[in-house]
Amino acid sequence: MSLSSAIETGTQTVNGSQAAQMDEHVSASACPACLAAPSAEDLAKSGDIKGARIMLSLPTAHCAVCISDVERELHKQPGVRSARVNLTLKRVSVDAEPGVEPTPLIEALDRIGYEAHELDAGMLSATETDKRGRDLLMRIGVSGFAMMNIMLLSIAVWSGAESATRDLFHWISAAIAIPTVIFAGQPFFSSAWASLRGGRLGMDVPISLAIILASAISLYETSQSGHHAYFDAAVMLTFFLLVGRYLDYRTRAVARSAAEELAALEVPRATRLREDGSEETVPVGDLKPGEIIRVRPGGRIPADGAVIEGNSETDRSLLTGESLPVFAGPGSILSAGEVNLTGPLLLRVTAAGKDSSLHRMADLVAAAESAKTRYTSLAERAARAYSPIVHLLSFTAFGTWLWLTGGDVRHAINISAAVLIITCPCALGLAVPAVVTAASGRLFRKGLLIKDGTALERLAEVDTVVFDKTGTLTMGAPTPENLDDLSQEELAVAAALAGASSHPLARALFEAAGAMGVAPTPLDDLREVPGYGIEGRLGDQVLRLGRADWIGAEAGNATATHLRIGDAAPRSIRFVDSLRPGAEEAITAFKATGAEVWLVSGDVEGAVSDLAARLGISHWRAGALPHEKAELVGELTGQGRHVLMVGDGLNDTAALARAHVSVSPASALDAARTASDIVLLGQDLAPVSDATRIATQARRRIKQNFAISILYNIVAVPIALIGLATPLAAALAMSASSITVSLNSLRLK
Amino acid sequence: METLTFLIPISLFLGGVGLVAFFWALRSRQFEDPKGDAERILSDEFDDHPRQD
Repeated sequence: MSLSSAIETGTQTVNGSQAAQMDEHVSASACPACLAAPSAEDLAKSGDIKGARIMLSLPTAHCAVCISDVERELHKQPGVRSARVNLTLKRVSVDAEPGVEPTPLIEALDRIGYEAHELDAGMLSATETDKRGRDLLMRIGVSGFAMMNIMLLSIAVWSGAESATRDLFHWISAAIAIPTVIFAGQPFFSSAWASLRGGRLGMDVPISLAIILASAISLYETSQSGHHAYFDAAVMLTFFLLVGRYLDYRTRAVARSAAEELAALEVPRATRLREDGSEETVPVGDLKPGEIIRVRPGGRIPADGAVIEGNSETDRSLLTGESLPVFAGPGSILSAGEVNLTGPLLLRVTAAGKDSSLHRMADLVAAAESAKTRYTSLAERAARAYSPIVHLLSFTAFGTWLWLTGGDVRHAINISAAVLIITCPCALGLAVPAVVTAASGRLFRKGLLIKDGTALERLAEVDTVVFDKTGTLTMGAPTPENLDDLSQEELAVAAALAGASSHPLARALFEAAGAMGVAPTPLDDLREVPGYGIEGRLGDQVLRLGRADWIGAEAGNATATHLRIGDAAPRSIRFVDSLRPGAEEAITAFKATGAEVWLVSGDVEGAVSDLAARLGISHWRAGALPHEKAELVGELTGQGRHVLMVGDGLNDTAALARAHVSVSPASALDAARTASDIVLLGQDLAPVSDATRIATQARRRIKQNFAISILYNIVAVPIALIGLATPLAAALAMSASSITVSLNSLRLK
Repeated sequence: METLTFLIPISLFLGGVGLVAFFWALRSRQFEDPKGDAERILSDEFDDHPRQD
């Protein structure tokens, strides 16, 4: 059965056809090379046919007790067949009867104190079957096995095995080494071939050349009963470099799966109205212009549209950085990504999916990213210098010895192979991934997710930090500022009115009043006027809390709500955004390292200058439009500065993409997270400054490792060049340098 | 020297058994959750009998 048809039946299986499932079994056995088939089979086993597969994210799970608590609790739920926690990924996958919904499971976990979120299982399936990782591990296993066995035989040869015994040992080594090299070396061969075809001389070219040449020459030497064979070196080289490759892959895979998880957290759905007025829930991707959708209070607007019914206020802070809610009524044009605050809205979709403003913004980001000059990492720069030098050395050795010995090709090839083996790029292939893995592991534990391997190096160069305000330095959660100005009665009335709404300002006011011990006055006829405020009656007095223009108050500069009791003069209640925890620490730490700190926001001047003064930031800009933010970053870059941009909104994305390195909190919009190199998983901002410290340290380690391996080469290469390098010397030099650089990488604190 | 005819096949065979065991472990996804496995050994929940699935 062909590969394509096997995959086809695999997809059918997921759809639930029994016949297809049997077919699938046949194809899996008839075509052992189709690695895609078993995963489809696994999917089918736990998939739609027999029940539901639910994936939940468990951000707070961290210990053995958590595992057994969560699994035991989930087992108790009706319809759950099995549940298994994966602590590495902080997820639990639940195998349940058909029709089991994730919501009661999440509630059950919440009751025993574990936070859980539903994950879009379809989105995660790609990381579930970690095919490449297992493939690399298998090659490491094979080369590790071969390395140990060959080394066993080689030691016998080195300690003086003679003639027939030596030849026998060499032949056995060859029998192990040749298949191993062919199997385990494939990642290097294919990547070397790809770079050769592209006309480049990547790092994998000398690696492949060293492995192939060493194996070939050893085979020839063995057939001629020669004294030296480099089978151990060829296999050891493969093993060490595969370990490096695996570490590199692991770091990326962990980052990618965590990033996918963030995307999978937002299950994008919209409520569409049918012709007859009934509702249906559809994926956002299925929306078409002209259709009518309903957006409930608290929901994010899924597509661009015009309001046809309902009044409300929308929070546009993620799009523009404005902290003041904006009024929305019939005729208002809303953009995808805004959050509906108070009243239900009916929208006629004007643009959806790829045409919506959210996506257009994402296109802007893509443009900004492609304009950004690609950063060449230390390893790449080193590899660029390394490859030609190694080839040159090896060929010079070959030529010189050919000339010196008067045409002894065998001897000359032997020496050039020894040179290639001795100059093994273990420092490049193993030490850099080891440092990056150690550093990103440390940062991950601190709650920072490194999405791009070179982000660490770029972070180490940062000398200017640009912060966004709303949602980044502040939580986007307001707290009332001047409650003391209000009398006790006014407060009690305000609390009573605020308690009737789910508007964020009203909720903040209600909670603050509650915290002050104010009991709400019982009111009559409480009703929310969506988009305007709350109205109630006390005796014959009409009480109102809400927007300035509705109350008859003057709209101020700051975020505020207004209270009017009867005919009395309106009172304003101002709000300040609460600071994100760790914001002050992070800014102080950045200043201590001598970095310049900027605050740039799309919000009004008053709010921005207040916050700048509060945090001691001397450079700030208010009312910045998205492209102005990006221009500021570009300007600073133009002055030769390396800018770290920290932001969360859609209006920051262009600036995030433009900056040397960028960080966004997990609460940011998808587009902003995509544009940034590092995602902050927790709420605390303090780890950002730790990250720069760790990055600087990591860069120092990488450079040290280069120095160590250059030192080894300075000692070992001349020995190889003059023809004194025995296989024992090669093995010693190679393993000693690999082990030293790995240990050095682990010193990272 | 005759011992070699036994010892080398035996050592290769044992190494091969290790390799096959590694393949099996890999295929049965025992390397998917190293952190969880490290913690699970501390739980005494299934000390008396394995989990009944």
